[in-house]
Amino acid sequence: MTQSADIAVSSVTLRYGSGEKTVLALDGLSLDVKPNEFAVIVGPSGCGKSSLLYLIAGLEDRTGGAITVGGQSVDGPGPDRGMVFQSYTLFPWLTVAQNVAYGPRRRGLGEDERNRLVRHYLAEVGLAGFADHYPAQLSGGMKQRVAIARALANDPAVLLMDEPFGALDSQTRHAMQRLLLRVWDHSQKTVLFVTHDIEEAILLADRVFVMSGRPGQIRKVLSVDFPRPRLGDIVLDPAFIAMKREIMGLLRADEEGED
Amino acid sequence: MAFVPYRPIPVALAISLGAAVWALVLVGWMWLTYGGRVPEMFLPAPGKVLMTAGRLIADGSLMMHTAASAQVVLVGFVISSIVAVPLGLYMGTYKAVQAALDPLVNFIRYLPVTSFVPLFILWIGIGIEQRVSVIIFGTFFQQLVMIADAARSVPRDLVNAAYTLGTKRSTTVRHIVFPASLPAVLDILRVTVGWAWTYLVVAELVAAKSGLGYISLKAMRGFQVDIIFLAIAMIGILGLITDQGFRLLRRFVAPWAV
Ligand SMILES: Nc1ncnc2c1ncn2[C@@H]1O[C@H](COP(=O)(O)OP(=O)(O)OP(=O)(O)O)[C@@H](O)[C@H]1O
Ligand SMILES: [Mg+2]
Repeated sequence: MTQSADIAVSSVTLRYGSGEKTVLALDGLSLDVKPNEFAVIVGPSGCGKSSLLYLIAGLEDRTGGAITVGGQSVDGPGPDRGMVFQSYTLFPWLTVAQNVAYGPRRRGLGEDERNRLVRHYLAEVGLAGFADHYPAQLSGGMKQRVAIARALANDPAVLLMDEPFGALDSQTRHAMQRLLLRVWDHSQKTVLFVTHDIEEAILLADRVFVMSGRPGQIRKVLSVDFPRPRLGDIVLDPAFIAMKREIMGLLRADEEGED
Repeated sequence: MAFVPYRPIPVALAISLGAAVWALVLVGWMWLTYGGRVPEMFLPAPGKVLMTAGRLIADGSLMMHTAASAQVVLVGFVISSIVAVPLGLYMGTYKAVQAALDPLVNFIRYLPVTSFVPLFILWIGIGIEQRVSVIIFGTFFQQLVMIADAARSVPRDLVNAAYTLGTKRSTTVRHIVFPASLPAVLDILRVTVGWAWTYLVVAELVAAKSGLGYISLKAMRGFQVDIIFLAIAMIGILGLITDQGFRLLRRFVAPWAV
């Protein structure tokens, strides 16, 4: 299994477009994520959270600054940085099993090895019985579980997750959070996870990065020291509520500052 | 029940509705002809057309002309598609290919095919190549534009996801754009094969010695409206068959798409 890697983002700037219509999405943003760490980014809508993940994935070209993953400078996308998108991105022409086997197949792994990976990761996300279904036959939560299995089966050094549970109802969401933590615990990948949901951030994170409004910068980094596993009623813990209040305050200060 | 937007209806109802409209057309036709409301010279009675069909089937000429026409349409359509599908996918994927081809294609696309018939005759003569060229000319540019559109509308994040899974940029068309647009491409082929049939008569307008367009032109000179009707019906039936063929093909090669 690939060693999990660190992510180092320093003074990164991203400008979309040119001339009149230019948008400065990120302005001198820096952050570091340690190997094996579960880092969560929260921030107001449009502050550049997705943009940051796309930059780290190499799907977008930065305007300035430096990004390294595992010491390697990011220059274009690669299988060392897996990503789970907010929109559903399973390949509709492939079955669930074929979707999970897609990355291993591109790496040239043999059929036996691919089948082993498919079985392992589908079991991991609880979808062993759906190997031969097409994505159109799955619910939203199932699709995202397959997307997580697909990203992990490719054995990336880091896993980037852009509001993967954003479209799910709260019950499914909680189940997905528990599942993700279990999978993370087994695989020990570095995870950089974006969410709108403050509770979700605190439940999942080793550290929460709070972003300011556009152009995005890191406003504050909070260490979350609640012991794992963080069970359901932890959300009622005064320390939990205090942290939630602090993050809400940071985000609200920003909205007020904007207009 | 039957008038809830987008709600599927029972197969039996669907078939009866289709049959009812056909029946209505037939009844109208009989009313006009057997009722003596239109002279037979302009509109033959259904029975007359059937009798003519029987006669031409018996002497083998209907088969011969139908085969000749089908050959022209299918050869033209296949050649056109073989080039248009890959080229259209690249055009929709790579802005440079689009920038290079768009101005020319959109210029040619709006020219009437008929205006090129004299040129084709001058250049290629009056053999089957000339007829096939007309079909190609009529379908190729439309196919190209529509297939490029289909390739362009592949969700960007599908391609991004493929990159994060190790897909190389140079193989994006093969691994992602082609399978992702396959259902749309098959629909485009289904629609354009219909257009190819509509160019058949134009293709056989000049200098053909066989084919359904040819016999209807000859029939026009002899006031044999029944034969014209028969030829039209044959073209319609063949169009229907190719259309259904593509529907079947789509269900077979793209079972994931509903
Ligand atoms: N392709 C693009 N071209 C121009 N501007 C863009 C583009 N993508 C994003 N932007 C702009 O950059 C800013 C940051 O966008 P981004 O999608 O990264 O925000 P976000 O924090 O992920 O928002 P949300 O929470 O709503 O998902 C936004 O103001 C957006 O309008
Ligand atoms: Mg976003």
